[in-house]
Amino acid sequence: MAETSQLTRNIESYVDSSSLMHQTASLNAIARLVNTDALPLQALVRELDMYLTTTDKVVRSRGILLLAEVITRIESKPLDSAIMHSLVGFFKDRLADWRAVRGALMGCLALIRRKSVVGIVTGSDAIAIAQSFLQYMQVQSLGQYDRKLCFELLDCLLERHSDVLTTLGEDLIYGICESIDAEKDPECLLLAFHIVESLAQLYPDSSGLLASYAKDVFDILEPYFPIHFTHPSSGDTHVQRDDLSRSLMSAFSSTPLFEPFVIPLLLEKLSSSLQSAKIDSLKYLRVCSSKYGAKKIAKYARAIWPSVKDTLCTYLGEPEFSFTVAPVDGIGFPENEIVIEALFLLQQLIVQNSSLLVSLIIDDEDVNQIFKTIAAYEIYDAIPVQEKKKLHAIGRILYITAKSTMPSCNAVFESFFSRMIDHLGFSVSNIDSFPSGDIFNSQRVKFGCLYLCIELLAGCKELIVGSDEPAMQNVFEQETCCTMLHSFSTPLFNAFGSVLAASADRCPCDPDIYIGVKGLQILATFQSDVFPIHKTIFENILKKIMSIIIEDFNKTILWEAALKALCHVGSFVQKFHESEKATSYRSLVVEKIVELLSLDDIVLPLSLKVEALSNIGMTGMKNMLTILQGLGTAVFANLSKVHRNLRASETAVQLLECYSCKLLPWILENGGTEDFAVQFSVDIWNQAGNCMDFSAPFIKKELLDAIIKAMKLSVGSCAVESQNLIMQKAYGILSSHRDFQLKEVETLPLTPGTFDIALREERIISLFASVIIAVHPKTHIPNIRALVHLFIITLLRGVVPVAQALGSILNKLVSTSNSAENSSDLTLEEALDVIFHTKICFSNTDVLQRCNGTSNGNAMVLTDICLGIANDRLLQINALCGLSWVGKGLLLRGHEKIKDITKIFMECIVSGTKSALNLTKHSLENTEEQIQDPSVMKCAADAFHVLMSDSEVCLNKKFHATIRPLYKQRFFSSVMPIVLQLVTKSYSSLSRSFLYRAFAHIMSDTPMVAILGEAKKLIPVLLDCLSMLTEDIQDKDILYDLLLVLSGILTGKNGQEAVIENAHIIINCLIKLVDYPHKMLVRETVIQCLIALSELPHARIYPMRAQVLRAISACLDDSKRAVRYEAVKCRQTWASMSSRSLNF
Amino acid sequence: MVSGLINANPVIYERKERRARTTPSAPHDEYAVEPIDQQEIFDHIRDIKDPEHPYSLEELKVITEEAVEVDDQRNYVRVTFTPTVEHCSMATIIGLCLRVKLMRSLPLRYKVDIRVAPGSHATEAAVNKQLNDKERVAAALENPNLLDMVDECLAPSYD
Repeated sequence: MAETSQLTRNIESYVDSSSLMHQTASLNAIARLVNTDALPLQALVRELDMYLTTTDKVVRSRGILLLAEVITRIESKPLDSAIMHSLVGFFKDRLADWRAVRGALMGCLALIRRKSVVGIVTGSDAIAIAQSFLQYMQVQSLGQYDRKLCFELLDCLLERHSDVLTTLGEDLIYGICESIDAEKDPECLLLAFHIVESLAQLYPDSSGLLASYAKDVFDILEPYFPIHFTHPSSGDTHVQRDDLSRSLMSAFSSTPLFEPFVIPLLLEKLSSSLQSAKIDSLKYLRVCSSKYGAKKIAKYARAIWPSVKDTLCTYLGEPEFSFTVAPVDGIGFPENEIVIEALFLLQQLIVQNSSLLVSLIIDDEDVNQIFKTIAAYEIYDAIPVQEKKKLHAIGRILYITAKSTMPSCNAVFESFFSRMIDHLGFSVSNIDSFPSGDIFNSQRVKFGCLYLCIELLAGCKELIVGSDEPAMQNVFEQETCCTMLHSFSTPLFNAFGSVLAASADRCPCDPDIYIGVKGLQILATFQSDVFPIHKTIFENILKKIMSIIIEDFNKTILWEAALKALCHVGSFVQKFHESEKATSYRSLVVEKIVELLSLDDIVLPLSLKVEALSNIGMTGMKNMLTILQGLGTAVFANLSKVHRNLRASETAVQLLECYSCKLLPWILENGGTEDFAVQFSVDIWNQAGNCMDFSAPFIKKELLDAIIKAMKLSVGSCAVESQNLIMQKAYGILSSHRDFQLKEVETLPLTPGTFDIALREERIISLFASVIIAVHPKTHIPNIRALVHLFIITLLRGVVPVAQALGSILNKLVSTSNSAENSSDLTLEEALDVIFHTKICFSNTDVLQRCNGTSNGNAMVLTDICLGIANDRLLQINALCGLSWVGKGLLLRGHEKIKDITKIFMECIVSGTKSALNLTKHSLENTEEQIQDPSVMKCAADAFHVLMSDSEVCLNKKFHATIRPLYKQRFFSSVMPIVLQLVTKSYSSLSRSFLYRAFAHIMSDTPMVAILGEAKKLIPVLLDCLSMLTEDIQDKDILYDLLLVLSGILTGKNGQEAVIENAHIIINCLIKLVDYPHKMLVRETVIQCLIALSELPHARIYPMRAQVLRAISACLDDSKRAVRYEAVKCRQTWASMSSRSLNF
Repeated sequence: MVSGLINANPVIYERKERRARTTPSAPHDEYAVEPIDQQEIFDHIRDIKDPEHPYSLEELKVITEEAVEVDDQRNYVRVTFTPTVEHCSMATIIGLCLRVKLMRSLPLRYKVDIRVAPGSHATEAAVNKQLNDKERVAAALENPNLLDMVDECLAPSYD
């Protein structure tokens, strides 16, 4: 009983309530009851009884709607056929009741849409619904939503019950016409178009019922074409113009019965001046011709062809004579939708009615005219603009014709190709007697002909490549086009070659060069199993291009084009496994290029040599290996000469750069083996052993850097075993070096003075350090303890790579705690012990004297040096710099020791004032009365940059560093509180400014997420920091980085609260920065920040408005344009904040 | 008052491609001055909406880049615009929009002259006089209806 009353209440609430929320809630409740079988559908109907039949129209319509909604919601609940039948009977009758029509429509639709497993509407019921619909519904007199329901219902009926609906005959067609006539709503139209499409499929016969009504149906569709739809794309409706256009197109092309009406309409609209109409017409024509079939379209071909031709002539742009943007084959044009569609249409027509279209094209007056006139012009620029346009259009047409089908390709070749060869001046008759050598006619070659040749060749080539069936390929050889090509390949080669030759002695213009080079390239890249071009011709082509590479280096465009073509040919040869051509290519191109490297007398500049080398190497792995061999030889040949020859050093640097920046990454990317990298590294060590034994004064810093870079990258790309190999070699060289004995190094205490490391030893050690930096954690490093000692000493001399190596060692060493697979003889803890507790002795009396005596004796540990106990500024800076890299290694792996290291840096920055840190008692005593040198403090502050930034040179993924996730966030959250505390406590302005500097470094490298969480605390310091950084020009990059952090906070969601709170000080700070003179990006970002700030709550920022506007007006006269643009925007947003603008 | 549109069916022209700025000789020279030039002024005003059509002044060819004369040294700008029809009563509104936009976008040192192209308007002299009289411009902007209209036309040019 309670349930029933509950039900009644729900029904009442649905029928009467004016609140949508209540209605939905009660509807859901009822549907749930029915769905869970708590309430049988029959019972619901009985309960609703009165609501369904009452004479009150409002209540009745709500009642019927309720029932319909419920049925919609129980779509997955099985219903037996009797219930279905009675429901159908009810709803179809209700269609007559126009006041309740929505419920009736929805009910019918829900029933029709049911899946077969849960009981579907029978055929006779469907007919009954359809009949009732056709009888009672006046679709166009309904509202938008109801119309949509009507169309959905019709659509569904046609889709689900097409078999039985045919019996309705004329009534159905008539009814559909009536309902969709003059429909305007886009959503409804989509459905209406689809209904027409389904209707057409219902009566496919040409003599069927639809045939007599086709005109009527089409008359309704016709006004919609072309779809003109200007609704904003982001409106309530999700229908786009393209959707509508596509669905109208399917309706148009749904039946051949429309053909007599559609094609004339489309042809008429093709001449419209509206772009979209043109595009649509072309698109529709293409789809319709494929749907209607070749025969129907054939009679229109004569009408379509001129329109297509005219469209192409009008809309085809200037071709892009450039190798960077053009496609591999053929000629590239700027993208234009009309042109693309026109070409598609043409292709479709040719595929359908090949012979007809080809005869149209061949007999076309314009085409023939072009052949006559164009012959007169020898260079591209001499052709008048109008002729050029025609030439391009005809070229495209020939291209498409050749590309579409074999017969069409043959036909155009037959009728045009020989004509073109004639024009070129090679008579067809004496072709055999023509010398097949490298004699280039001195006569000018007709540009237009060559242009058309290229289009034809490109089309033909695409046709051949496009056919995948291997069986087909044997047939090609017999085809006319292939035989013709074959017999004319020599004259063609000569023609293309002479374009280039001709361009060589006068001012070469780009299109001519392009055509010449492209022609040669296309000729060279025909697949040999389809169209076997003579080996001699292929070789001649390569020779010709190579001669350009070697000689014409001062004609940049020609040279680059030739290189590009050469690369295309190379990769083609590789891709299609053309063994014969590959051999020619290797001997004529690859080996020749390598040869060039060793020849000094060739005038070709080295940079171009290197460019050619790397580009050709990248055409294939085999070529790359040859190139690498050659490069290696050249590098070592130059390295061995460096002490005598300054130029050799420069050459070596360039070659090494090419190796590390281009060749090595390519090899790794393309799955090459590491053999070469290993060999290369070992060879460098051999050389290093040899050449650095001399006093080698010519080894300059750049060369050393280049070698180190190449070494690092090579080692980094190898596997562990290979790295072991290289490591042994390197260690062998290092230890055999005569001037220092590693064994001795190990004896304690360390005294830098006794090993007066000379410059060249320093180089050897740097090189060795580069190996250490790049190795895998598992690679065995021999005698690591001694190495660490050695590194510490070298580090104090300020050799940065060594510090990085030390950091890498610490980063990769295995810790004792998990020493299960401990392969090295030193654990992390031991290494730390060595670094931080080894006493370093200074036998050098000089240093001793400068020690202030408070340290015990003349031995101290590294950290003491960092804190300046040695009283040697340079030594201290070196130590700090080294320590920062050591710290970075530890930080990345998330080691605890980093805290101590950070403390040392902090101590360096704040000492001089009252020390706020509790460092070891020992050092505290020393630092109290000691004031640090500013440069030391700066170095300590910059150490945070080293710690936080991602380094390219070491300790990254490439060099196998151990990187703990979120290490930056962790470091940030542990260090930032200390920094903030120190900032507030430090009284000396000097140390505070360096604290700010450290703060800036940390901030700019921390992920935004971490910062946003702390924004409230950080913003005030950040702002102080910003104003501090404006003082020195040197700091402009740091300033910019920090500003980016601020803009991140301003735009981030989480930071809003903190921003609102600090709005005033932020704006004040930014206003001071708007005229920062030293970096444009700073000013631009500041103004963008101000724009972002204008989004804040009005009350909060309004007081600042006048001030901001005053500052911004000055920016309108900034020296940089970008800043002015931003300023205009900013001024507008701030000015329009209140209804009355300030100035205007 | 006005029953229909002044020019119910204007000719729409294509927008010009936004020219990418050729980078100045030394791209990293922080202190090099990029003077305000014709293109920059044109960029400020090209997107202003026509008062009676949903098209920009550029699309209607009311203004072109060539019609902007600028002398950065002498702090002087002159914009010459061409109303779509001779008797266009919107000419003053268009001129007002141009003036307001340039006042808001250019540094204070500039003197801005707005005029209709010679021979393109029936009451050319009157329009020119009205547009370059600062008292009348100020008075016009005191009128909330006019100001709203101007702001609406200017809105697209700030995007």
